[in-house]
Parts: sequence; structure tokens; C-alpha cells
Amino acid sequence: MNLVVLVKQVPETTNIKINPETNTLIREGVSSIVNPFDMYALEQALKIQDEHGGKVTCISMGPPHAEAALREMLAVGANEAILLSDKAFAGSDTLATSYTLAKAIMKLDKFDLIICGKQAIDGDTAQVGPGVAEHLDIPHITYVNKVEEITNNQIRVHRMTEEGYDVILSSLPALITVVKEIGEPRMPSIKGTLRARKTKIPMWTAKDIEANERMLGLSGSPTQVIRIFSPEARSGGEIIQGESASEMADNLLTRLMASHII
Amino acid sequence: MSIKIIPTKCTGCEACINACPYGAIKIKGNIAHLLDNCTSCMACIRECPTGAIVLKDPGSYQEQPRTLIEQGTGVWIFVEQRHGIPAGVVYELLGRGQALAHDLGEELCAVLLGYNIEFIAGKLAKYGADKIYIVDDKALSDFEDEPYAQVIAGLVTEFKPSIFLFGATTIGRSLAPRIAAKLGTGLTADCTELSIDKKDRLLLQTRPAFGGNIMATIICPDKRPQMATVRPKVMKPAEHNQARTGKIIRIVQEIAPSRAKFLETYKTPGQQENIQEADIVVSGGRGIGEPGNFRLLQELAALLGGAVGASRAAVDAGWVPYANQVGQTGKTVRPKLYIACGISGAVQHLVGMSSSDVIVAINNDPNAPIFSVATYGIVGDVLEIVPALISKLRGSSS
Amino acid sequence: MNYYLTEEQKIIKELSAKIADEKIAPQAAELDEAEKFPWDLIKVLAESDLFAVWVPEEYGGLGGGIFEQCLVVEELSRACAGVAVSYAASALGGFPILMFGTDKQKQKFMPDIASGSRLAAFALTESDAGSDAGNIRTTATHNKNCYVLNGTKQWITNGGEADIYTVIATLDPKKGPRGMAAFIVEKGTPGFSFGKTEKKMGIRSSSTRELIFKDCEIPAENLLDREGKGFLIAMRTLDKTRPGVAAQAVGIAQGALDKASEYAITRVQFGKRIGEFQAIEHMLADMATQIEAARALTYSVARMIDSGERHISKASAMAKLFASDVAMKVTCDAVQIFGGYGYMRDYPVEKMMRDAKITQIYEGTNQIQRSIIGSEVIKGALRRK
Repeated sequence: MNLVVLVKQVPETTNIKINPETNTLIREGVSSIVNPFDMYALEQALKIQDEHGGKVTCISMGPPHAEAALREMLAVGANEAILLSDKAFAGSDTLATSYTLAKAIMKLDKFDLIICGKQAIDGDTAQVGPGVAEHLDIPHITYVNKVEEITNNQIRVHRMTEEGYDVILSSLPALITVVKEIGEPRMPSIKGTLRARKTKIPMWTAKDIEANERMLGLSGSPTQVIRIFSPEARSGGEIIQGESASEMADNLLTRLMASHII
Repeated sequence: MSIKIIPTKCTGCEACINACPYGAIKIKGNIAHLLDNCTSCMACIRECPTGAIVLKDPGSYQEQPRTLIEQGTGVWIFVEQRHGIPAGVVYELLGRGQALAHDLGEELCAVLLGYNIEFIAGKLAKYGADKIYIVDDKALSDFEDEPYAQVIAGLVTEFKPSIFLFGATTIGRSLAPRIAAKLGTGLTADCTELSIDKKDRLLLQTRPAFGGNIMATIICPDKRPQMATVRPKVMKPAEHNQARTGKIIRIVQEIAPSRAKFLETYKTPGQQENIQEADIVVSGGRGIGEPGNFRLLQELAALLGGAVGASRAAVDAGWVPYANQVGQTGKTVRPKLYIACGISGAVQHLVGMSSSDVIVAINNDPNAPIFSVATYGIVGDVLEIVPALISKLRGSSS
Repeated sequence: MNYYLTEEQKIIKELSAKIADEKIAPQAAELDEAEKFPWDLIKVLAESDLFAVWVPEEYGGLGGGIFEQCLVVEELSRACAGVAVSYAASALGGFPILMFGTDKQKQKFMPDIASGSRLAAFALTESDAGSDAGNIRTTATHNKNCYVLNGTKQWITNGGEADIYTVIATLDPKKGPRGMAAFIVEKGTPGFSFGKTEKKMGIRSSSTRELIFKDCEIPAENLLDREGKGFLIAMRTLDKTRPGVAAQAVGIAQGALDKASEYAITRVQFGKRIGEFQAIEHMLADMATQIEAARALTYSVARMIDSGERHISKASAMAKLFASDVAMKVTCDAVQIFGGYGYMRDYPVEKMMRDAKITQIYEGTNQIQRSIIGSEVIKGALRRK
């Protein structure tokens, strides 16, 4: 089974605090991490590998220092990693990103299943996975919370929806995006980390993946950001007073009813 | 899109360095320089006190060649439905779509796919659709990405809409990117605001980025249609007008069978309501103390006609199913009323609920960050306050 | 402070910290409350190779030493000393085999200890043999190809959970320390059972249990070194592992300081963050300084042991004594900084204070440590005279 995991390096946000005065996020000292959902994607890949053997290849597109994210994946247990890095990729929107990743995957000898996290925590678009599948002309299933069965030519998964779960049977090769429910990601090991440090991570450029330059980076990105601004800050709230729980409950309900919220 | 620094305006104050999440700015010779690892996230722009950091050529998109553009007309919305019932977001798309179509002087068209679903068409017309494209085929009876994407891409190629909106639902966020990649056009995820730039007749698509800390307005100048998924429960739903009619256009297409087949759907026990659709969400965190106490929240939610949500801590402790998790790694909700019970308010949680209309926070720690976003806060024991609320609500309803 | 760790030591420390923060800390309060042995966490530690750090490569280890072991224990203890001691006790049980075992014994047991697939434990203490370890009453009788053990060991960390036990017994109580021997006993050996599980003040997720030997026959090949070496093996082992207790104490103290300083910058009283009051600021300063001193001593003793120094009793005792006293003081102060909240189980520092106490008691009480140090000081003075 040849498994491919797509990885993005994102800014670490768990330590970000809100500045109470400005009500904005404080970003000082924020470092880069592997997109947390991608760790679930790797976990799913490793689970399949545990059972069926094969190879797990991680691919990331990003600046040269995104190599650190790939080393982390290797430390946890991925077998190989490839970094797509080229000035020509800079400024890619989700369409250009999915095209670039798809072109890189086409260069691999063979792949059976591509696994992505459901979305990246910086952009939150969730668009790259389905985009890659389309470029590769393979089926995709998003928001997978459970891989029930995988054989040489098909996969049966459960997909989380707003109302419940769908069971889907797909032929392989295919692409899935996974949610947290797939299972706790395993930790790296010391031996894995030492091995990861020695593993050579090839860096592929636009030329290596034989991409059409017009479909890369800025020129391959139909969308453009033209303005950014702060969202309206929430105004300071009111602390409901009261001598007892019952009085506070009363005071709260009075306010909610007065403004027709309930 | 990329960023540049205007050296004459830069004072070397380093405000941007602190703002940059990627460490991609360095001060050299008292002027900020962008490094190779800049991802154009723009976090620095608004921190710059002198306006020295700008988007490269903002607004100059008009000058770019538009050879690839195939100008179309019509504002399209995708009618997501399960078993003949349109998702709530469909009415919101109709509402917003109507305004956009009006501004452009174009038609609002609904795209309805499924099997034996034509009866929905009349309803869509009454909610503002001028035209309803219907593809009614057994192959479309259950939602599957491939045939849906194929059919819709076919419709787009044939009728060339200028704008195409989807709900940012599980289905919408799976389907729309596949279609956009097929058509090679732009797609903006999870928009919370849509309007028309009247001069250029472009769709201005605004969405939160970086966990809602920054709002970004995005355009798609050179490709058509301009595609967006729209966050549910943000836009105002269309109003029903009994007198309205729309033109029904039935399309027959040859549909290739899907390689990913829908088999069945199920719910897990304990999973009741869809927290993203609920107008009121009562959420609990670790402060609830033990799983059994969630019954109190269920009771409160039931009295208010709402759903029960949970923080990551409560989900990780195994008290509540993951489907009910609110926050960065769970679901984003925007109810009219969000009641956070025993939730401290880690930033990852706030990201998932801070755009709710009214937020009530109940927590025994007055320093809990949840109070910074709360409309109303109660400092006290959740296990006393919630039962008090329940008994008051019972009293008022009887 | 920069302790100039090697690349491999940095990896060990960072990975331990990651596991402590991401896996252990979220469960610490619950494990404490439930007094539940953390098997799922032990599995994480095992899969991450942490049990292998001090084991030589030939037995499936990473070839590190006491220092690497201390780095792991310190990081784990920041999050939960109960989990950390369950981890460390396996090394305590394994060290006698590594130091005194034959190659055959090491080949048989060390790879499993290194992989973490089997936990080890060390059994010395009895109801009437605590500080006075020479007074043990568990007997071993040589009988053809086996030894027969009889007696009860008390307060054995990892008791019931471990698979491999290093047990100190006496062949001849009249001979005192010189009549003792050390044996490797595997769980499941007929005549070997487990008694009472203790309810403890702290480190409550760890298992502390009685081992009961009733005509328990163990193969003669499970004797470590020679008959009569038991007491020496026990003392040598404890000399080597005391920096581990010191590291545990440093970790607990660091965890408490982290929590207290975080609280000091968020808690507001009299309109100010309490960290802005000099009373709190100075407490934090003392805590930080004491911790750093304890860490520096612990690290240098650990490194000294790994360098092959033979006379380690005094330094090893000093590290354990100093660090554990610091841990007790610092955790107490952390509770004080938290005020009333600190006394409540909703906040993590009261647990740290309870956990800290044991580091002054086990693996030789601090009074015994002072006796060891004191007698060395006197011996030195006599030599100089």
C-alpha cells in the first residue's frame, strides 16, 4: 500500500493569548508547527501501514524551512518526505497549491491513497484536498472519521456530516481528508527522531514536477486578497450580579427576554 | 498577491516582527525586510503604525490581462438538499444572492440536483430564484462528489454564470473545491460577507482568517464564475413571497457513475441535534465536573430549544461525542445565543463561537478568558446557576 | 541556564517535554484522583523509546546513562510525578541486572526493559527494614537448582504492574548485610503474589504494593552476582539511581514554579497582577534560584556517575537531599502564591506539594542521606588528620 500524506507548516497558535486591552491575538514568539490535522492524517496512514505494510510518503509545499515539519513526520514514522519549494510557488492560492501538489504526486511511482487533514488551521479553507483529487482525477471523501476497511482496490470509510455519519465505499486510488476522531496521533520516538535527522529530504522545484508555470504561484492563483481589516471588536460584557444563584439566574433571564433572545 | 515594504515609510520600529507568525521579517539597516519564508499572510500589515507595509499593487488587478476571462451572467446558488429538504443555508444563499443579482442587474438562479426533487423548485422560486436549473436523475439520489461535480461543471460551462455560491457545509466544502479545480477558477472558503464592487462588477468576498483575528476581502478578477462557500447562519435568509414564480429549466446529462459510492447514513447514540444549525447552543467544559452533569445542560438546552455543545476538554475526557465539539478542532457555531458553562475559554474555543450574537459565560473563575467575549457573565458555580436557570424557565413556561 | 546538551540529549529532553505537556499533563489530575496506574501513558513512553535511554545499545537501548535518564524523569515530573516514578522505578529494577547480571541474564531481561514491553521493579523495603535495610527478613534458601523465597516486601513501586523484580533477600539473617543476595523474580512465578495496594498521599497514579513470597521457587540462574552480595548490590544501585529522585524533585519544583509564575501574571488583586507585588516577586525569585541550584547539582552528579567515577555515594546523596528539600519548599510556596485556590484540587499545585513529599522519603530518607554525607565528611577529616 503506497500512502501519501500532505503536510502544511503553519504558525503555532496554541500559545496565542488574547490581549485583554485590544482584544487581539498576541503573536509574539509564535513558532511554526505541523498543521495539527495533518498529524491525524499521518496517524491514519501509519495505522493502515501497521496493518497492510507499504510506504508512507509525506509531501509539503512551502519555504525551505518547512523541511522541519517533514522531519517531524519522519520522526513519528513516515518513511519518506518530499519538499516542494520554489520561488515560483510563492503566493499560491488553494487552486495553485492543489495543482502543484497534484503534479508532485504524479511524479511518484505509485500511490494508492492520499490522506490530508480536514483543513489547515491558518487558512481554514479545506479546499486543497478536493482540489488535488480533481487534478489527479481520483475520487475524494472529506471529513473522514473512520477507515473501516481498506483492500488493494477499495476503501470503506465513515464521513462526518452535520447530522450524523455517511458510509462511503470508494475505489482506489483515492484521496481522503480526516478529522480528529480518526484517533490520537502517536508520538515521535527517539530512534525515529535520530533517523529523521539523517534522512535526506529531496527538494523539488517547478521544473522537477514538470509543472506549467502559468498554473503556479501568483499567476496560477485566480483569487487575490485586496484588503484586510480587523473584525469588529466585541464590546465589553456585563457581569450579572446577584446574592444567590437564583437571583443571578433571574437577572440573566430578564435581560435575555428583554432583548427577545429567548 | 504579495506584500512589500515601502522603505521610505518604514521607521524600523519592529512592530511587524512581533506580528509575523512565520518570523519572516528582519530589520536590516533600520528598515524591515521580508525574508523568503513570507507567506503573504498579512498579519504584519495592520500592525505597522506608519503604513509602510502594503500589498504589492493593491487594486491594480484591472491592468492585468483578462484574456482567460469568459464573462458570464447570472448569480447561481447550489441547492443542497437531503431527502428533498433544502439545508437552512440555501435560504441564506437565496437571500444574499438576490441582493447581489440586483446590484449586477442579473438573474438569480438555483441549481437543484437530486432524484425526484422537482417539487422543491416552486419553493425556491417563492424564495427569490428567477430560474431553477434542475437535473433530476437516479444517479444523483444521494450526494456523491464526482457526479455532482461533473453535472454542475457541465451546467457552468453551458450557461456561464458570473457568480456561484455554495453553503460552507460538509457537502458544500467538499463539492465546491472539486468544481473550482475542474473549471480552473477561484474559490473563497467560508465567506461571512459578500458584496459587489459596482465599478468593476466584481464579487467582494470577505472571510475571517487566522482564527478570526483578521478579515480578508478576496476577489477573483480573471476567472468565471467567481465561486465562494458561505458560512451558514451569517447571511439573512430570503423572504418568502407567495406570488413569485421562477422559470424551471430541466437538464438531462449523461452521468458517469461515481467511484466513491454513498452506502448509508447513521447517527451515533447521544448525537441529537446539529449544533451548527441550532439558534441556541448550551456548551459545557471541564468545569462541568463530570459527564453526568451534562444532563443538566441537555435539560437547559431542551427548555430553550437549543443544542448541546462542548469544549475540547470535555470531548477529550470522553464526556461528549466529538460531533458536539465547538472550536478550532471541532465545529464553528454562530447561534443567536451561546451559553458557555464551565468553559475557561482557550483561544481555540473562542475561535469556534466568538461570532455568536449573544454570549453568556458561567464560570467560577472571574479571570477566565471566556468573560472577555461574553455579553453577559455570571461568576459562580455552574452546578448551582444552571439548575437555577432550569427551574426559572420551567416556572415561566408552566 | 545552558547545560550544553548534546544533540541526542536535546532530542531526549524535547520529546520527554512534549509527552509531558501533551499526553501526561491533561490526565494528571484525573489519574491522581482515580489512583489509576497509567498504562496508556507507559505505552506512549515505551513507543517513544524513553525506557531505552540508559540501556546500552547491545541490549536494544540508546546507550545513554544516568544523565539521560534524569532528563526524562525531570520532564515527566513537571507534568506528573506519579507517572514519572512509574517510569523511573523500571530503571531502578533494571540497573542491578545491568550492573551485576551475567551476559545471559542481561540478554534475557534488558531488551524487554529497554523497549518498555515489560516494566521492572526493585524490592528491598520491608515493614521492619526501611532505613535499616540490613534488617530484612525475607529469606532465600538454596535448594539444588533453585532458591526458595519466603517473606513479604512492602511499598514496592510498580508492584503488581511490573513483570521483572529485583528482590533482595537474606540467606542467613545472622550474617546481617553480608548474608544477603539479590534475585531476579518474574511475575507469574508460582508462590509469588501481590498483597495490599497502598493508598498514598501523593504520586497516586503510581502503584505501591506488597510482594508476597510463599515457598516461591526461583531458578538458581536468577541469582545476581554471588551469594552475600545482596546488600552491596542494593546500595550500589541506590547510589546510581538517587540522581533520578533528585531529577524527579527538580521536575516537580519546576512544574510548580511554572504554574505559580503563570498565576502571578494573571491573578489580579488590589487592582494589580499579584506578580507585581514584591512579596510574590521575591518568592518566585527564590524558587527559581533554588531550582536552578538543584538542577545544576543533579546534572553534575549524573554526569560524574556516567563518566565512570566510582566514589559516588556522597555526591549522589547530596543531589537527592538538596533537590528533594527544594521541591518541598518550592511546592509549598507555589500553593502559598495561589492562596486559597492553591489549596483546592481544581488547581494543580496542591498535588505537586503532596507529590514532592515522597522525594524526601524514598530511596533513603533525607536523614539517611545526611548520615551518608556526614560520615563521608568525617572520614575525609580523619584521613587528612
